[in-house]
Amino acid sequence: MGSWLAPALALCALIAAAPAVRAVDPTELPDPALQARYLALTHELRCMQCQNESLADSPVDLAADLRHQVRDQLLAGKSDDEIRSWMVARYGEFILFRPRSTWLWLTPGVLLAAGALIFWRIVRARTALVATDDEPPPADEPEVRT
Amino acid sequence: MNRFVLPLAGFVALAVVLGIAVKHAPEKGTIASPLIGKPAPEFSLPSLADPAQQVSSAALRGRWYLFNVWGTWCYECRAEHETLLEVRDTHVLPLIGLDWKDEDQRAHEWLSRLGNPYQAVALDHSGRTAIDWGVYGAPETFLVNPEGIVVYKYVGPLTHDVWTREILPRLPAPRAAGS
Repeated sequence: MGSWLAPALALCALIAAAPAVRAVDPTELPDPALQARYLALTHELRCMQCQNESLADSPVDLAADLRHQVRDQLLAGKSDDEIRSWMVARYGEFILFRPRSTWLWLTPGVLLAAGALIFWRIVRARTALVATDDEPPPADEPEVRT
Repeated sequence: MNRFVLPLAGFVALAVVLGIAVKHAPEKGTIASPLIGKPAPEFSLPSLADPAQQVSSAALRGRWYLFNVWGTWCYECRAEHETLLEVRDTHVLPLIGLDWKDEDQRAHEWLSRLGNPYQAVALDHSGRTAIDWGVYGAPETFLVNPEGIVVYKYVGPLTHDVWTREILPRLPAPRAAGS
């Protein structure tokens, strides 16, 4: 038991530490707050050339150029949203790993509410049936008990 | 009976929506450009032929042109070169090249060896103009109208088919539209 536990724990620790290692992008901004925003933005923007990687993870030239844009615009005092919009204006919503489409986020809630409403109405209809259970069933319908 | 109508209607509606979406889905791997229908990004860059001269979007106003992003480092650009020469020889509209993050010497060699399809080539050493155009992989070709609006974008090597089926029909009349 103990023989594999230590290596396994070490492996877990390595995996947990992995995001902290940034081999692709050594950029450091002077201000820790800017640096944090820089990291967050480059991780949520897609590298358009190798589309399953973020700007932060991609080694290609274009990703480096776009990271420079993020850095320069942060240093110029642009807000996160201004930088996102700048990217979207050029590359479309696809560049965002987290789409800003309101409908995308609202639709599940709307569907859930509609489902709840239908459920509530069915339950009420059934409850009404139970209440009339004592009365004799209508003559033209066979009595069905569930 | 009645209780099936609503779910059935829902199913049909969903099938129609999905059917339309599948039919009109862009080819896998290509991404619709947000620039379509919008003004082409402004640029003014040194010309490959004479770096003292500028190639600018302002000077291109008033006529149709094809904006072709390429580089000598780009394999697929070699594949489309014959088509570009063919387009040049139709004299329908001028080709403006954007030499993206390239070395001028190599670009000169490339054009003298393979033939120069471009009326002008703008040098984008920094890659900044390509980013403004939303370029993510050369070659990319944009059709721009006389009002400076991007009408169409094609990603990948231009072919005779794309030229005749996608670009020519978007131009007004069969007469020469450009120069």
